[in-house]
Amino acid sequence: MKVKVLSRNPDDYVRETKLDIQRVPRNYDPSLHPFEVSREYTRALNATKLERVFAKPFLASLDGHRDGVNCMAKHTKSLSTLLSGSCDGEVKMWNLTKHECVRTLQAHEGFVRGMVVRYCGTSFFTVGDDKTIKQWKMEAPGYGEAEEPLNTILGKTVFTGLDHHQKEAVFATCGQQVDIWDEQRSSPIRSFTWGVDSFSSVRFNPVETELLASCASDRSIVLYDMRESAPLKKVIMTMRSNTLCWNPMEAYHFTCANEDYNLYTYDMRNLDRPFMVHMDHVSAVLDVDYSPTGREFVSASFDKTIRIFQNDGGHSREVYHTKRMQHVICVKWSADNKYILSGSDEMNIRLWKANAAEKLGVLAPREKQAINYNQKLKEKFQHHPQVRRIAHHRHLPKNIYHQTKELRIMKEARKRKERNVRKHSRPGTVSVVSEKEKHVVTVVK
Amino acid sequence: MASPGEEATGDSHVGKNKKPPARYWQELPDKGKDEKDEEKPLPQKDQQTQKAKKRKQQEDQRDGKKFVSGKSDPFPGPAPLSKERVQKFKRKDKAKRPRNQHFKLRDIMKRSDEASEMSQKQAARFDILLPEDAGFLEGDEDEDTCTISQEDIAEAVDITSGTKYFNLKLSQFGPYRVDYTKTGRHLLLGGRRGHVACIDWQSKHLMCEINVMESVNDVKWLHSEAMYAVAQKKWLYIYDSNGIELHCIRKFNDVLRMQFLPYHFLLATASATSFLQYLDVSVGKEVAAFCTKMGRLDVMCQNPHNAIIHLGHPNGTVTLWSPNQKEALVKMLCHQGGVRSVTVDKTGTYMVTSGLDKKLKVYDIRAFKPLKSYFLPAGASCLSLSQRGLLSAATGDVVQVYRDVWSAPVTKPYMAHRVRGSVWGLHFCPFEDVLGVGHGDGFTSMLVPGAGEPNFDGLDANPYRSAKQRQEWEVKALLEKIQPELISLDPTELGYVDRATFEQRHQDRVQALGYDPLAKEKFVPKYKKKGRSSAGAVERRKKQVAHEDQRDEIRKTVEDKMKMEKETKERAKKKAALSNQKSALDRFKK
Repeated sequence: MKVKVLSRNPDDYVRETKLDIQRVPRNYDPSLHPFEVSREYTRALNATKLERVFAKPFLASLDGHRDGVNCMAKHTKSLSTLLSGSCDGEVKMWNLTKHECVRTLQAHEGFVRGMVVRYCGTSFFTVGDDKTIKQWKMEAPGYGEAEEPLNTILGKTVFTGLDHHQKEAVFATCGQQVDIWDEQRSSPIRSFTWGVDSFSSVRFNPVETELLASCASDRSIVLYDMRESAPLKKVIMTMRSNTLCWNPMEAYHFTCANEDYNLYTYDMRNLDRPFMVHMDHVSAVLDVDYSPTGREFVSASFDKTIRIFQNDGGHSREVYHTKRMQHVICVKWSADNKYILSGSDEMNIRLWKANAAEKLGVLAPREKQAINYNQKLKEKFQHHPQVRRIAHHRHLPKNIYHQTKELRIMKEARKRKERNVRKHSRPGTVSVVSEKEKHVVTVVK
Repeated sequence: MASPGEEATGDSHVGKNKKPPARYWQELPDKGKDEKDEEKPLPQKDQQTQKAKKRKQQEDQRDGKKFVSGKSDPFPGPAPLSKERVQKFKRKDKAKRPRNQHFKLRDIMKRSDEASEMSQKQAARFDILLPEDAGFLEGDEDEDTCTISQEDIAEAVDITSGTKYFNLKLSQFGPYRVDYTKTGRHLLLGGRRGHVACIDWQSKHLMCEINVMESVNDVKWLHSEAMYAVAQKKWLYIYDSNGIELHCIRKFNDVLRMQFLPYHFLLATASATSFLQYLDVSVGKEVAAFCTKMGRLDVMCQNPHNAIIHLGHPNGTVTLWSPNQKEALVKMLCHQGGVRSVTVDKTGTYMVTSGLDKKLKVYDIRAFKPLKSYFLPAGASCLSLSQRGLLSAATGDVVQVYRDVWSAPVTKPYMAHRVRGSVWGLHFCPFEDVLGVGHGDGFTSMLVPGAGEPNFDGLDANPYRSAKQRQEWEVKALLEKIQPELISLDPTELGYVDRATFEQRHQDRVQALGYDPLAKEKFVPKYKKKGRSSAGAVERRKKQVAHEDQRDEIRKTVEDKMKMEKETKERAKKKAALSNQKSALDRFKK
């Protein structure tokens, strides 16, 4: 007779001393783990609920400005530094880790319209309503020294925005025309106009560094090449765009914030129809900024909210609002992809988490693992109705909630009418115009 | 220090073709052939990697910089995996990829396929490292294993295992019902005349012993060893492990049999008044109650794979129940007489029933098909299946254990043991080679080598868990309690694509929009420069696309046709095979 009976040595399964961690022998045999799918589903549901429980995005409010915050600039070298300019011409430099203002200077008379940090991070430029461009040192002046700009250029007209070249000592301003400036000279090296009286924003392409795009008040977006004397092409839309931002990773895409409550992502090679229309705001969109990964962007709106969109998603994944935040004028996504900064009408700059439920600080490896696992589960079961309902639910202020509903009704009515027209006319005469094509009037080259 | 020396000499003095010295992990030449097949590595890839590695090494040698010593890795590449082992961890077939799939979806699916394949391989690789092997019992030549007595086995095995064979002589309050916890550490005994005892049976430590002063119909552990349910003469009671009565549940009366669904935290009870009731023990609520209208319900078991309750009835039917449906999901006529006992195996594939017609039948419960039918002269009163698929059947006062009842026709039992008094309850202990038998004269713990799963999962059911670990497990288990609505015949149903809803939604959308947004767009040829957009060229391009579409369609129809033909051929073949069997009427044919 040959016989073997299961006989385990407890020493192999129990920890030796109390100081050890417990032994957990694993066996991944699927038959020992029944109800795999249902259990994972339950876990996913719990993870989704917990995400909503822990979603506390608001971190801090930086107050100190004596008028609405009109523009902000990220420091190119330091994560913890932020510059902001207000409507009374004051510029403040903030330390974000300490939530405090480290420097204040009276830069302009009237609004500070635009601000940009030089690529090396040693100085920054501001433009204001007083028709000047000023360059400032990043360090505060020493004791007894007066706060003086490094350089001041007096322009002929008001400047409304500026941006700096990625690598060279060249910057661009916009106002009644788009000017390209050499830092060493006091007159523009190049000026672009295209029968337009004013521009609201200009941005350099982060990869093809000689390319620029600007938003004009004749409802157009114009593309330029710095090396050429004439603009490249422009697309005219049904409503005016306020600002635009290039995607830092796929730099042939840019997103513009439009007055018609939508944002449009264009492929600059094909301006005939936007690559994606992003809807959800219920008032004009004032500013937009991409995350450094290029997968998401944040938008600020006149409806007192900021929203986060996927670069290829038609609707926002997140909306941030507080009772006290008024019209949001400017918004920035921090360079470490973790925070969002919004400057609004009521003189405050707010610091938000980019991922509302994220835990800040150092994570233990097991915490990290659990977070990753939950993330994957949420992804896997995101289309189940229960999970989706919880994941998508956001509380909105009453007026925005009602306005959204109203807009939806209006849109449906318009659609219904269109459908009826099509139904009662000869087949083929009334064509179907997609949402993307609707907003583009024409492309001029 | 022997092995490195050996290798060094082998390498420096002898030519490259010489084999390295034989090692204990390599195949012995006299081993059986089928075993060799089993451990055959997955095809080709390893060899290729080996080659690539060799080539790389040679290159390195040529550089003369990176390569340090001349010794090559005797086991290059990842460890070989047998096909069966990989197959064991397979969840689903690879998704079929249609030709005109969207590039993003194609990417996602490809990546998920790759990930699942990798996890499958890793799990299989981990499987090699599992520490324990299953038990076995082999007789000498012309010795039946069923003649080997328990005393002999207990003597032959080590002392700790030997102590797992024991008898408890409890003749006063018998016969006894038996239940083990999910980890297999704790034993619950319920005597017909009111004696209830829970024991940590491996250390023989008595946790509590009470007499409820009423007849006891059934006992069942709840999710952990802290609580158990006792079905008494009138009501259902819940006690804790100190024997303190926690609840008396008056909604559950005349309960005869109970089953606990551990992942759903549901206690299913079958009563003499033909009611099937579900109690959620985590919140203490009755989830569902059905009148089955089938008379007294004293045969019950659960399918551990999908949490469906099986009930056996005096008219020979077995009915399947879920808490979501008032009617039985399935009714199967299994026996000519009444059903005496039902049990379902761990994987939810096989159901074994025994009836008053003295038959023992095996069913494929997924297809609801009979597989095997055996005749037991005495008939089986109790059945129980172990984790590794051993079937124990109690015939009167003899407990028989069978092996492989569903694959090969069984002629004699694997083991047999006679107990004193007729058997009342049978239960295999999880993760142990032990069968607990409750009978008229007390309780017998039998050794059944090869019954239990050798390697447990520490996060699921850990027999060696500490109090702290148990507490943590309890919290986790409660958090991922599966809702009773998710119980269905196919437990993976939740993972499928909901096509019906999608189609409905799509239809609604088409209705609302007035056109189909997913319809294939009409091909509009791009404008090309340098004279390549002449009318003729445009027409040609259009034609090309149209041809491509047509070819797709034709390919599809041809494939369908081929499939149909194959099916009909197979059907014909089967028919022919059937007709080849000689029937009694063949002799009248000319």
